[in-house]
Amino acid sequence: MFFLISKRVALGLITLFIVSLITFIGVEVLPGDACTVYLEREAYGDALAACYKRLGLDISAFDRYLIWATNTLQLDFGFSLSGQMPINEILGPRIKNSMVLATTAILIGIPFALILGIITALWRDKMPDIIISSLAIFSMTIPEFISSTLLILIVAIWLGWLPGIVIVPSDVTVMELLSNIILPVIAISMIMTAHMLRMVRSSVIQVMASDYVQMSILKGVPYWRMVFKHVLPNALLPAINVVALTIAWLLGGVVVTEVVFNYPGLGRLVIESISNRDLPVVQALALILASIYVGINLIADLLTLVLNPRLKTLQTRK
Amino acid sequence: MNDIIQQISNLSIGFKSKKGKEISILRKINLNIKKGETVGIVGESGSGKSTLALAMMGFVKQGLFTIDGECKFENLNLLKMSNKDLEEIRGRKIAMIPQNAGQSLTPNLKIGYQIEEALKLHTKLNVSERQKKISELLNKVRLPSPETIALRYPHELSGGQQQRVAIAMALAGNPNLLLLDEPTTGLDVTTQAHVLEVLKDIAKDTGTSMVYVSHDLGAIAQVSDRVVVMYAGEIVLEGPVRKILKDPIHPYANGLLKSIPKLSLKGLPNSMPGSQPQSDKIEIGCSFYERCNISSEKCKKNSPELNYLEEIDVHVRCFNFKDLKDFNKTTEFKNNEFSEKKTSENILKLNNLSISYAKQNFIDQFLGRIKDSNPTVKDINIEINKGETLSLVGESGSGKSTILKSIAGLLKIQDGKIIFNEKDFLSDNLKARSPNNLRAIQLIFQNPDESLNPSHTVEEILSQPLKLYFNLQGQELKKNISDLLQKVRLGDFYMQRYPRQLSGGEKQRVAVARAFAANPDIILCDEVTSALDVSVQAAVLDLLKQLKKDFNTTYIFVSHDLAVVKAISDRVAVLYQGRLCEIGLSESVYKFPSHPYTEVLLGAVLEPDPDIKPRLIAEDIVEERPPEKGCTFQGRCPRILGDKCKNETPPWQIGLNGHAIRCHIEINELDRIQKKELLNGQQK
Amino acid sequence: MNDQVSINNNIKKNPSKFFEVIKTMVSKPSGLIGLSIVCFHILLAIISPLITPHDFKAINPSLMLLPPSSEYWFGTDHLGRDVFTRTILGGRVAILVTFFGSLIALTWGGLLGIFCGLVGGKIDDIVMRIVDAFLAIPWILAMLLIVSILGTSINVLIPALGLFYGKGIVRVARAATHDVIAKDFIVSARARGHSNFSIIWNEILPNVRDAILVEGAMRWSWMLLGFSSLSFLGFGVSPPTPDWGLMISNARGLMSFAHWAVLAPITCLSSLIIGINLSADAFAKALGIDRTTKAPV
Repeated sequence: MFFLISKRVALGLITLFIVSLITFIGVEVLPGDACTVYLEREAYGDALAACYKRLGLDISAFDRYLIWATNTLQLDFGFSLSGQMPINEILGPRIKNSMVLATTAILIGIPFALILGIITALWRDKMPDIIISSLAIFSMTIPEFISSTLLILIVAIWLGWLPGIVIVPSDVTVMELLSNIILPVIAISMIMTAHMLRMVRSSVIQVMASDYVQMSILKGVPYWRMVFKHVLPNALLPAINVVALTIAWLLGGVVVTEVVFNYPGLGRLVIESISNRDLPVVQALALILASIYVGINLIADLLTLVLNPRLKTLQTRK
Repeated sequence: MNDIIQQISNLSIGFKSKKGKEISILRKINLNIKKGETVGIVGESGSGKSTLALAMMGFVKQGLFTIDGECKFENLNLLKMSNKDLEEIRGRKIAMIPQNAGQSLTPNLKIGYQIEEALKLHTKLNVSERQKKISELLNKVRLPSPETIALRYPHELSGGQQQRVAIAMALAGNPNLLLLDEPTTGLDVTTQAHVLEVLKDIAKDTGTSMVYVSHDLGAIAQVSDRVVVMYAGEIVLEGPVRKILKDPIHPYANGLLKSIPKLSLKGLPNSMPGSQPQSDKIEIGCSFYERCNISSEKCKKNSPELNYLEEIDVHVRCFNFKDLKDFNKTTEFKNNEFSEKKTSENILKLNNLSISYAKQNFIDQFLGRIKDSNPTVKDINIEINKGETLSLVGESGSGKSTILKSIAGLLKIQDGKIIFNEKDFLSDNLKARSPNNLRAIQLIFQNPDESLNPSHTVEEILSQPLKLYFNLQGQELKKNISDLLQKVRLGDFYMQRYPRQLSGGEKQRVAVARAFAANPDIILCDEVTSALDVSVQAAVLDLLKQLKKDFNTTYIFVSHDLAVVKAISDRVAVLYQGRLCEIGLSESVYKFPSHPYTEVLLGAVLEPDPDIKPRLIAEDIVEERPPEKGCTFQGRCPRILGDKCKNETPPWQIGLNGHAIRCHIEINELDRIQKKELLNGQQK
Repeated sequence: MNDQVSINNNIKKNPSKFFEVIKTMVSKPSGLIGLSIVCFHILLAIISPLITPHDFKAINPSLMLLPPSSEYWFGTDHLGRDVFTRTILGGRVAILVTFFGSLIALTWGGLLGIFCGLVGGKIDDIVMRIVDAFLAIPWILAMLLIVSILGTSINVLIPALGLFYGKGIVRVARAATHDVIAKDFIVSARARGHSNFSIIWNEILPNVRDAILVEGAMRWSWMLLGFSSLSFLGFGVSPPTPDWGLMISNARGLMSFAHWAVLAPITCLSSLIIGINLSADAFAKALGIDRTTKAPV
């Protein structure tokens, strides 16, 4: 068991390492370098040399990678060209904001998805399922920017219930943030919930069709007991992976949503730094987001390992 | 009337086809189950027997509905009751033992929990009483150390153990009626016999009524008091077990019993032509008309009713059953010798063959060594002569399929050689084999659903070997395909069909045709009849016999079914845990002296005759790996001599006609003891 | 004794599989709707340049933000351009880019997936790890980066999108190949001595093709979603080319008083995506591929 866990963790670390390589090489490979890209037309002479010095671009790529990697491991991400400050200082508040958004969305989304997923599976093809599933499919297939825009149109403009855009600076406290983020949270959790709900639904349907569920009916087990003891534990295990995947999706979806709602988080920073051609920031963001993705997948993997009865008993039987 | 516990009247269950037509799976079933009796329901796949068993619990599968009739238990029509009311009956008054116990136990719950759940729902025992009852139930089904088993998860148990747990769970509520749907299918021969023993004892001790649904007439013969034969959704014959199985008076049942190979008879059984009509293709008239050999004009347009013959207590659905009585006298098979031309020319030699599945560690892989001191299959020495049929017999884990696959070149050999035609050393690397050797050895698989490419037509499937080995094209190719189809008794119009449009038997015929397309010297048959319906099995065996005569092929036949093996083999090799136990002429192996394992195997065979009872000699233990030293059968041998068997590899002893047994007990002594025990009637 | 197994002589020749599939797809309402929508949009994209009532580039500040009228059926946008014209032209680039992008994704994803499925073992593991790592970076960030440096021409967008959306296909192709490889008919072909190439081409591909095609259809809808998101952010199509994503981005600030400018492109884009989804679903059902247990959409 321990061996399996450590194997997974090791693999996760290797993935991260490969990601760091890809990020670094990717940026190297693109035409131009951070300085010429940033300075554009002014990329010559003293300005260029100074920029190189500051970013350490005057040494070989290999050495640069080593320095960057070691710094990153100590959580020092370098220097932002457009912001003219250490990247860490920019990242701090942004990460906080995005965390607030993401966490709220997850805390709302997961319970909703579980309950709705189970409902749509148990009442398959009946009214509750048809309505909820249609809404879910709708949410999933429409691009985030459209659903967010429509949300603003309907709720903020036509109904006037909530503010449409977030107009707060990035270093605001969590409490102040919460009152402003209802619409963005709804926008994100709607799509997240839809994805997870559909997967929970298909998992529950599959388990309901299994031989052992039929057997428990023939054994005389009352319906709800069967659902809670025989169906759900087996149906929800694969759902853990889906939850992980969805959270991973969140990393991408949050970008567009933050732009639509003008929310001061990591996602909007991505757009800003790319528009500003601030490559060091982009590099740092790529690594951070990838690490979160790998980390979440790892946790999901480990959870599945621990909770799966087949794998639990692999060691004990010897 | 008081002793009838389940009354089924005029029951018809079916579904609506895509075009809205009503199609019946069960048609007008009338059946009564009495208290304390065991009724065996026999039928092939598609006869509706499983649907009937489920209906007896008031359960109708998704997509099916009750067209007419009722299923009464204690005067309540189960089919009209709500699910909530049915919860009172299911598990408590009527319990089901399912077919695949491994799939039917909830994977995330421990065994003890699942049995306790049944007790909680259906009894009024308190916690400590329940714990005691769980041990009691597990003991009743002869599971050793119930305390340990109760703490295990379903996937940690073997097939036989899972099945017993299912039985224990069903008994928890003390039901009046037990429904069993093919409970022993998929289990090893010896395990099957043991499980049936348990069931028989339970029936005797508790007086529970049982309904045993199966296609296996041997199992039915052992447990039933009465037998019901189903065909195309109807009951065609019903009566006391001896009457039905020893003197069946319906042409279908008659043909069915005749087509099963039996240990007690010689040669290949006669097969019935055709196959059971599918539920959506049943028309007016008797459903058996197309295949019947005593049919008359009347049978074509009129459906016979189920008539009761009081003198013999039998229900029969046939107009002409009286004509059948004469056919019955010939219970001997016609002289259907399987092999005709036999030479003593050696065609294949397996020399000290050892095969291992063990994963090599990194260093061994690097050095190209395969090192396993206790390989899966070890020391196989067999010589096969041209034109003969050699069968490899054993249960799961015996290595018989492994040996076959390595002859085909699909597995890496750890040790030993395979020599073809006395000069060619067959490599375990397919690419190293010459095209001629590849052509000369062909393989037919067990499961016809998986051995044909679903996206190819029959024509494409058969053209592959022809193109590969003989470079045939165009008209010539087509003619050859047509000839092949004819040889396996399929018409030309099969060429454009896809596998999903064919029945199991038809698919297997195509697989046979494909093997013969290469004009091979040796054909390896891996359980080729095990996945087929009983009546189709005989037809395929018949086909194999005919083709052997035409092509003079050598067969190496793998099966777990000893009766089938006896019917077709010249020589038989018995394997246990990957080692040879016994090898010799078919007649010798099936008579004494026998290796103790062969004895166990033969004793466990279930004949479709209620008077021939199986002998359970060895314990039903599942062994995971062969022992490191000594005799491979030491773990279960009832004749074990002691330390000698545990430490020394037993020698080969040769008897009459080259009959070889590998045992420490001296062969004549073995012969004497075995014959004496048989005479003394030491049968359970 | 009559040994003929089956006496059924009137077997019709198997009709062409393609038409069978289409027929099955349109027999259900969802498939019919989906397919109609997709065909409608493709047709529109092809003929729209011929039926535009106005010039899509014509900027006319005096006609800014007019509501729908008989002259301007969908009104005008913030630069005085006819919304109707721009709407019917808006799908052309999107459909072109995503269609060819999907083909690229199908090709590389399918090939890599089949390769991994066939090879198995350590190489399979390693390649999948690398693919995973590659796409651990959120696609948006990577896409934006590539586009911001290499430009937004079609020649950049198509391969870039094709690259990023191939991952889902790799997984499906690999799983389908795993399924097929274990089957006896493959073992049978190997035992007969067919060459590896022949086995892959004749035995494996036909059985894997269906699953890959279905997944490819689904990828098309995701890619359309992604492409419009890019345009929305300003990193896709460059103005003045009309594109739905771009139109939505331009018009959303003015939603409160000019909703026609935003609703028209929203409806078109949404309907196309839903149409592709419904069609892909119907396609899967017609081919007998069960997606309820394997994919949520």
